[in-house]
Amino acid sequence: MTTTPVEPPEAALQAAFDATVAHHDRIEPRDWMPEGYRKTLIRQIAQHAHSEIIGMQPEGNWISRAPSLRRKAILLAKVQDEAGHGLYLYSAAETLGVSRDELVELLLSGRQKYSSIFNYPTLSYADVGTIGWLVDGAAICNQVPLCRTSYGPYGRAMIRICKEESFHQRQGFELLMTMMRGTGEQRAMVQESVDRFWWPSLMMFGPPDDKSPNSEQSMAWGIKRNSNDELRQKFVDMTVPQAKALGVTLPDPELRWNEERGHHDFGQPDWAELTAVIRGNGPCNAQRMAHRRKAHEDGAWVREAASAFAARNEAARTAAKGLK
Amino acid sequence: MNDESVYDGLLGGDSSQWAFGTDFEDPLAGVDTTVPAGIDATELAVYCLMLGDDTLVLSQRLSEWCSRAPELEEDIALANFALDLLGQARLLLARAAAADPSIVPPLPEGSPVPAEDALAYFREAGQFRNVRMAEVPNGDFAHVVVRLLLFSIARLAVLQRLRGSADAVLAAVAAKGVKELAYHRDWAGRWFVTLALGTDESRRRLLTALEQLWPLHDELFTAHPIEKSLAAAVDPGEVRAEADAVLDQVLAVAEVERPEPIGTRGRTGRDGLHTEALSLMLAEMQVVARAHPMGLW
Repeated sequence: MTTTPVEPPEAALQAAFDATVAHHDRIEPRDWMPEGYRKTLIRQIAQHAHSEIIGMQPEGNWISRAPSLRRKAILLAKVQDEAGHGLYLYSAAETLGVSRDELVELLLSGRQKYSSIFNYPTLSYADVGTIGWLVDGAAICNQVPLCRTSYGPYGRAMIRICKEESFHQRQGFELLMTMMRGTGEQRAMVQESVDRFWWPSLMMFGPPDDKSPNSEQSMAWGIKRNSNDELRQKFVDMTVPQAKALGVTLPDPELRWNEERGHHDFGQPDWAELTAVIRGNGPCNAQRMAHRRKAHEDGAWVREAASAFAARNEAARTAAKGLK
Repeated sequence: MNDESVYDGLLGGDSSQWAFGTDFEDPLAGVDTTVPAGIDATELAVYCLMLGDDTLVLSQRLSEWCSRAPELEEDIALANFALDLLGQARLLLARAAAADPSIVPPLPEGSPVPAEDALAYFREAGQFRNVRMAEVPNGDFAHVVVRLLLFSIARLAVLQRLRGSADAVLAAVAAKGVKELAYHRDWAGRWFVTLALGTDESRRRLLTALEQLWPLHDELFTAHPIEKSLAAAVDPGEVRAEADAVLDQVLAVAEVERPEPIGTRGRTGRDGLHTEALSLMLAEMQVVARAHPMGLW
């Protein structure tokens, strides 16, 4: 006779889940969770992991041409960190019952997305600094609240990632500061780079709140903790004094302090551009995907060899056991 | 530091907590760079360029793998090797410049470019002293495995002896390098065996890479006169037997036959004679630095 463990009814499980989220406690991999929550998390974590991996390319583009050995070491270590972030995040996603292979396949087939910012080209060495300052800066604003996200493995991965991202942002700002103390050509290079990356950085917070379809449910589940517009405002408020310290102009004629609101007013990015980039029509979408597919395809024989070698060793071990 | 205010904290505050950006300006800061008595300063400088150029050039090739490896783990490993070798290169080039400042290429009056960068970015291919094994273009993953295995076996053996160098800076660089190269050799050895015994395809590619790189193997052990005469140096010819034994061990496990020896004739990379690939590689590596000889990075 077999006994079937008695499953608590779904309503009780849902109530326990809701209570955990309401108390800002963590949901852990073996806890019951609604299917929509699991799916949303897999999508979000995977998209974040893919962004780290694709994000290696725009900056990786300058490793071979870094203008000093010190900068080369910093940049290479930074891009390597991004691969590491991708690894933690794929691992966090795997706790939800998907494999890294499946997720990579979803990226390569275009069924899962990555952050649109990486579909913009890097055209000068100043872009390495601007990406650190503005792009990693915007990422930090988005990601710091995720350290408190309701899903345990994701939140813990984000704590480590945010610490490293703050190094990345620091190095970017420091590069720009150094270049601004250099020649006139270098200062012009920094300004030109900031001009190109300012608006795409604002887009990193996603569409305006009234046009963000998934936000409300994610907030209710405690996956997301601040709205897109709140984070965007915070980013602008923090960036303005930094731009001033740096000596660069942010390319927004509407940007000014609003005494009444206690915040900066600022112009709206071209949302049609964001939509186009998300749909695959940004300047580098095809190039980024082609690079990733090529690396994956070029490595297929190596992965096959590693599996074959592991299987061969396993067979040898089994045979050795059989002889005893 | 409050995690919530990371971005906000960018201005002001104590910058000493940041490893990057505030420190490491001079790789030899605080180190006594006096040339020991009885050592020829110019020969010491040239010897440092030889070892430093090996690591700089191979690091550049390894860093080209970034975002292109078969798995994330291997991408991270290859970046690690590139970073280790780059770190060694910085120390060695700075040591070369400190030993004999006259070897540093002249830059415009008032240029803020440090000596290590003047050496890396403002020399022509013919002034580089690296072995040619370091510079040949990348191939497939088997190629990087074989190159790293052959190079790291030879270099580890040299560094083990160099730890006792009469030059304290070289001895310190070697002591650090031994730990790094031991891991590079281990990684390359494991992949060498994996590819050799994995699939028919991986074995075929491995043997092809070995065949391609083998003609450059002998040069790793061919001493330049300075490597023989300089008291602070290690003659690579003296480590050949030891390195051969290590390689034979890997080949045996991998069931790969050792290729017939191919000797080195005439001038080599150590004399400034390179393959066509080096000047192309340098053209890319040096382009930004050369466009801004007064640049501050």
